[in-house]
Amino acid sequence: MDSALIPEGVKRCSTGKFALFIGIVGAVLLWGVYAMLLCWLKGLNQTNMNDYYGFALWIWADLAVIALGGGAFFTGFLRYIVGKDELKNIINYAVLIGFICYSSALLILAIDIGQPLRGWFIFWHANVHSMLTEVAFCLSCYFAVLSIEYLPLILENRQLNKVPFFHHLAHNMHEVMAVFAATGAFLSFFHQGSLGGVAGVLFGRPFSFREGVFVWPWTFFLFTWSAAAYGPCFTLSLTKLIEAITGKQLVGEKCVNLLAKISGWMILTYIIAKIADTWYWASVLAPAQGFTLMDFYSNNPVYGIWILVLEIVIGGIIPALILITERGRKNPMLFILAIILGVIGVSINRWVMVLQVMAVPVMPFDTWAMYFPSWQEIATTILPVAYGVILIAISYRYLPVFPQERELND
Amino acid sequence: MKKAQEQNKPKKYGMVIDLDKCTGCGACMVACMAENNVPFKKDESNKKDSITWMRVYKLTNDEKYPDADICYLPRPCQHCEGQHGHSPCVSVCPATATDYSEETGIVSQIYTRCFGCRYCMAACPYHARYFNWWDPVWPEGMEKMLNPDVSPRMRGIVEKCSFCFHRYQSAMDKAHYEGRRDIEEGEYQTACTQACPAGAITFGDLNNPAHKVHELKKHPDAFRLLERLGTNPKIYYMSNREWVRKAGDNHLMAEKPAKKQH
Ligand code: SF4
Ligand code: SF4
Repeated sequence: MDSALIPEGVKRCSTGKFALFIGIVGAVLLWGVYAMLLCWLKGLNQTNMNDYYGFALWIWADLAVIALGGGAFFTGFLRYIVGKDELKNIINYAVLIGFICYSSALLILAIDIGQPLRGWFIFWHANVHSMLTEVAFCLSCYFAVLSIEYLPLILENRQLNKVPFFHHLAHNMHEVMAVFAATGAFLSFFHQGSLGGVAGVLFGRPFSFREGVFVWPWTFFLFTWSAAAYGPCFTLSLTKLIEAITGKQLVGEKCVNLLAKISGWMILTYIIAKIADTWYWASVLAPAQGFTLMDFYSNNPVYGIWILVLEIVIGGIIPALILITERGRKNPMLFILAIILGVIGVSINRWVMVLQVMAVPVMPFDTWAMYFPSWQEIATTILPVAYGVILIAISYRYLPVFPQERELND
Repeated sequence: MKKAQEQNKPKKYGMVIDLDKCTGCGACMVACMAENNVPFKKDESNKKDSITWMRVYKLTNDEKYPDADICYLPRPCQHCEGQHGHSPCVSVCPATATDYSEETGIVSQIYTRCFGCRYCMAACPYHARYFNWWDPVWPEGMEKMLNPDVSPRMRGIVEKCSFCFHRYQSAMDKAHYEGRRDIEEGEYQTACTQACPAGAITFGDLNNPAHKVHELKKHPDAFRLLERLGTNPKIYYMSNREWVRKAGDNHLMAEKPAKKQH
């Protein structure tokens, strides 16, 4: 029925099957929308957050999707600025994932604030000292850049591309894409960093506070670095996932290998910096505020020292070592393991930087604050996942997301 | 010379709370709620989502009878001056909805500008900030008892102790009306100070040698909560019990361990 819209020379499942799939995921999406409306209409009393735990699941989800969406800016940077031409075969998909991640982040933020209709105050009454102001400005601008980067892909739909104006527009946009990629990389440097700064500047919270380099705490640089390092792992994970679902190879080995190798080296260098950061924090910064490392990890049911091991060793050192070696990358099992561990590693980092920060007692006579999200929080966190699945499914079906698909599956 | 310098300093309102006098009766909490139109819920059992600008903590020294000892610690917003004038909460608020007043040293909250991102709550180590999780509801008829000088707050924004700033404004208005440029000690008192039956709270201008708090804060028994974080609070506590003073900050193993709240 919709065959005229499907890119030429590629095979897709039947319309009925596709509609059924979209229907199932759509039901999950509607569940999330219902929870979102509850939060908007009734307020944040629909969540399990409280005055001790004012930042919770949503902020983590925001930070995590933004880090994972970092594959878009970093791949764009490598392709257009550094000139790694091989990456042209995955850039469309990286941009699509980035677009989904950033639109999801903005949506979650709109649910997370107590007065959504006043969200624009962050721009109007901007406090230049606040890291969140920097985040808001850069995030919105980068989302605009991602939309511009995604647009030519939409215009390349078989039917739209027949319209001469759209055809030329898409062509010309491709020509100037380096400018947007550079703008995106610049904006990403700041907003990824500012997200690190959000926690790093909290000098009243010894778990997250870090000292400054210029006007930024050094978590600023760690966040940017980690997003560039781990973002490609997420792009590659979703590529492998969609290849497994469709039963086709969609991106050539050379391209995957190159991105994985760069990601591996980035993770390795990042994790060395992260270990140095952890060491300095545990031995100098925290004691200056009256804490030992184990004060942050003991006497609570959830945040044991295992979480630090999971973040640094399992989610950092192991994937880095696999991805930097030719043998690790060539072994399909190890490769999949590495990119999944990478995704877990960065997600855990964002988790501790917001949730553990809230849980650790600061006043000596306080206790650990524990929290479990309500179903409304869970549903609204799954909402963007369902939205992302639908957008990927539609884009894959109707747009030339993977330029190598034809040649690899002939 | 020193005195002259001090007299030229801007006002810096603060409190000295004598923990050896506090009996934990909670009058300050009630007075604060009534004075500032603080909303309450039918079920206040979950202390983590109820609003108490002034909260009284109960600390114990964890010793067995007959050495067991307790202390009640009232905790309003500490009106932190922070580092370089940046209180933990003020510097992070993206919408400039909370502000440090150079004129009085009071950290204020602009309710109509706050959009409820709760970053300030994450930044405050004293848990002195409260989010309005619910619409404020008062029992029928009680809305007529609200203090007309203080605006009730809506759902979805953050609020906190303001040192009853409206009382400062009316004291200043009265002084101006009477042709004075400034107010005397005692003309501006917070509701909790006024209500405390034990006289445990002393309020005034920490920079003004004529005010009692100016001397009290220098007392050897005086300390501040979490002083080593650099928040530079304007609430001083006093106790002649060493374990109480130690409980005001975190201490490494080498130092005397702090006591837990019960
Ligand atoms: S106690 Fe908390 S709310 Fe009050 S000024 Fe300090 S950081 Fe801000
Ligand atoms: S909750 Fe309100 S006062 Fe607090 S940081 Fe956000 S906008 Fe500012």
